[in-house]
Amino acid sequence: MNVILIALIALGAIGLIGSLLLYLVAKQFYVYEDPRVGQVEELLPGANCGGCGFPGCHGMADACVKAKDATNSLGTLFCPVGGNDVMANVASTLGLEAGSAEPKLAVVRCNGNICARPKVAVFDGAKSCAVAAATFSGETGCAFGCVGLGDCVKSCQFDAIHMNVETGLPEVDETKCVACGACAKACPKFVIEIRKKSSMKSPTPKRVWVSCVNKDKGAVARKACASACIGCGKCQKVCKFEAITVENNVAFIDNEKCKACGMCVSECPTGAIHATEPVMIVVEKLKAKKAADAAKAKEEAAKKAAEAQAAPAAEAVPSDAKAEPTEVKAEPSAKKTAE
Amino acid sequence: MKTFKLGGVHPAANKLSAGAPIEVAAVPAMVAIPMAQNLGAPSKAIVAKGDKVKVGTVIGEPGGFLSSYVHSSVSGTVDKVDVVEDATGKKVPAVFIKVEGDEWEESINRTKEIVRDIKLDKQQIIDKVKEMGIVGMGGATFPTQVKLTPPPTAKPECVIINAVECEPYLTSDHSLMLAHPEEICIGVQILEKAMGVNKAYIGIEANKPDAIELMRKTVAAGYPEIEVVPLQLKYPQGGEKQLINAVIGREVPSGGLPIATGALVQNVGTAFAVYEAVQKNKPLIERIVTVTGKSVAKPSNFLARLGVPIADLIAAAGGLPEDTGKVISGGPMMGKAMPDTNSYMVKGCSGILVMKNEEARRREAGPCIKCAKCVHACPMGLQPNFLSRYSELNMLAEAEEERIYDCIECGSCQFSCPANRPLLDWIRQGKPKVMGILRQRAADAKAKADAEKAAKEAAAAK
Repeated sequence: MNVILIALIALGAIGLIGSLLLYLVAKQFYVYEDPRVGQVEELLPGANCGGCGFPGCHGMADACVKAKDATNSLGTLFCPVGGNDVMANVASTLGLEAGSAEPKLAVVRCNGNICARPKVAVFDGAKSCAVAAATFSGETGCAFGCVGLGDCVKSCQFDAIHMNVETGLPEVDETKCVACGACAKACPKFVIEIRKKSSMKSPTPKRVWVSCVNKDKGAVARKACASACIGCGKCQKVCKFEAITVENNVAFIDNEKCKACGMCVSECPTGAIHATEPVMIVVEKLKAKKAADAAKAKEEAAKKAAEAQAAPAAEAVPSDAKAEPTEVKAEPSAKKTAE
Repeated sequence: MKTFKLGGVHPAANKLSAGAPIEVAAVPAMVAIPMAQNLGAPSKAIVAKGDKVKVGTVIGEPGGFLSSYVHSSVSGTVDKVDVVEDATGKKVPAVFIKVEGDEWEESINRTKEIVRDIKLDKQQIIDKVKEMGIVGMGGATFPTQVKLTPPPTAKPECVIINAVECEPYLTSDHSLMLAHPEEICIGVQILEKAMGVNKAYIGIEANKPDAIELMRKTVAAGYPEIEVVPLQLKYPQGGEKQLINAVIGREVPSGGLPIATGALVQNVGTAFAVYEAVQKNKPLIERIVTVTGKSVAKPSNFLARLGVPIADLIAAAGGLPEDTGKVISGGPMMGKAMPDTNSYMVKGCSGILVMKNEEARRREAGPCIKCAKCVHACPMGLQPNFLSRYSELNMLAEAEEERIYDCIECGSCQFSCPANRPLLDWIRQGKPKVMGILRQRAADAKAKADAEKAAKEAAAAK
């Protein structure tokens, strides 16, 4: 009996001293944290992906509260995972008006698939884009494009990017991508870009992008990859909104200025400019119209040529016989415009 | 016989071109001289299309402190300044020169006579070495003038000449020693003078008995302060830190410079280049390169001008065999596999190795079986199994704790791994990242110290 009593008292005393110590330490080393930080953190998705630019959701919550105290607005802070809904909740918790940011997603800026970009060497080192990129220029003639070993796939926490076995290029799943930017950081060739989901307000996303980052001169780029941007500048000329710039032999479309009209897509000689489905419908129409125009121009040219030929040579040779070769002659110029 | 203490492996030597004499490679109709031929900043081209150049004319100026001059290796007209692929397929600027005749700058002494008298003083030697574009010829291409001006705290005691050539297949240093023993000794004396020391060692691995004997004979004939040190066969004995350990038994402190041990290490090819630069006023415009491989018809040692197409050299050695799986610039252990043979001779290219398909392919990697062979093999006493995993998982703090920055990238770990794991591939990923962190930390600490000092001074002024 006595033993039990002593044990109880001793344990109780130890417990008491321990708790007192813990209490004192907690008092002494207390760090004040704004309670709002906890509240905001609870609203955030808790993915800790770092897509907002802060180390995890706690960092983001802290930044939100600080931004509110300093500027009374959330500024450019945005949680790409939660999107506008979550940011609206955060804003209302902090007593602010909800702003809105346009949804973004990762865009792969390389379309050098297996057919367009044949392999000239084989890499048999560690299966990682970073290792391959540090070792040599790449398995294909293009030193700028996708390496194809899937560092982006490994980096994605949302299962939103996958390798397409047929093309050898990664593809982004629009429904899952939250634009956290992890893949863009993982890519050693900087092929992936975070862009606006849609350039125009539309139920289905409308966006246009140059799917190439090759900075080589046109002929070199074209030799390495059939669908490379050759920096010819045709897209820049045809763009009515000054959204396209050509620098270092590669075109870039500013998605703030782009109106997704599709003119550049139909103009690109190598098919390096890509667009989403709704834009492509327009592009098909543009292309059809262009082809029709070209055919018409060709016909007219042939007619004119035939008339010109026929007038002086009418007496000597029947006009039908002369018309044939002129038509052949007219073809190359017509073809050029069609391209 | 001496050797280094820790680790090391024994790859098959395969010195196929050991007996081959040095052949002068033909000068092609057009050369392309890359501007990135040294460790550090690439050089800046200072010629333009249409300029006439002679052999030895400066065509590139240093692009920074850690950089060097580049000279024309041929005489002719500059065709264009464009880009070429380097050994790894990356684009680097280069000067294309159309060859016309073979006219040399008048200042270059082209006679065969050996100039023994060293007239220049310490600083003049260093300036001359810089002016003549000399870089480390072992393959790392570290600008020699920078190495010859160590930090003032260093106390140099001796010069160690690296004639180990522990890389399998390569014989360029070996053939150089057989052809120019006395010039090398004078080059060593020049290096001694530049460093202000009076002791030198020449480390040669025991698989080159003819070179050891010849060098010993030459040294005995009039270079008493030079000692020829035969070394036991072991890779990577040619590593700077390993060589110092093997020859004088000292260890380079972790994170420190090799000069901290009092030894300045220079490659035997560099010693020869220094002789030619200082005594003959000849810039670095050509070097000996081994073209070899089991399937190569005629493994050879060529004296090739810089900027000669690699494909030409392979053709001169009997052409590229049908079943080639890999062409490597350098040796099989540390060399770089070339994506194609469109590159050009550079100062650091000591060998072109052609490998057959079945030799070249890596076997499939398996899981680590924790046998610790890589740990035994590592000449720096590291744990490559952990380092590679840390790098792969981006665990940089752990990698730093395990001293990833001490890795010399010799590849002994990967060579010894029974599971064929790409250990070095991954370590090479982590090492620069950790080095970057260390540099950033040092810079931050310096900035902080400077700010504190400034604040203190300001307070004192008040």
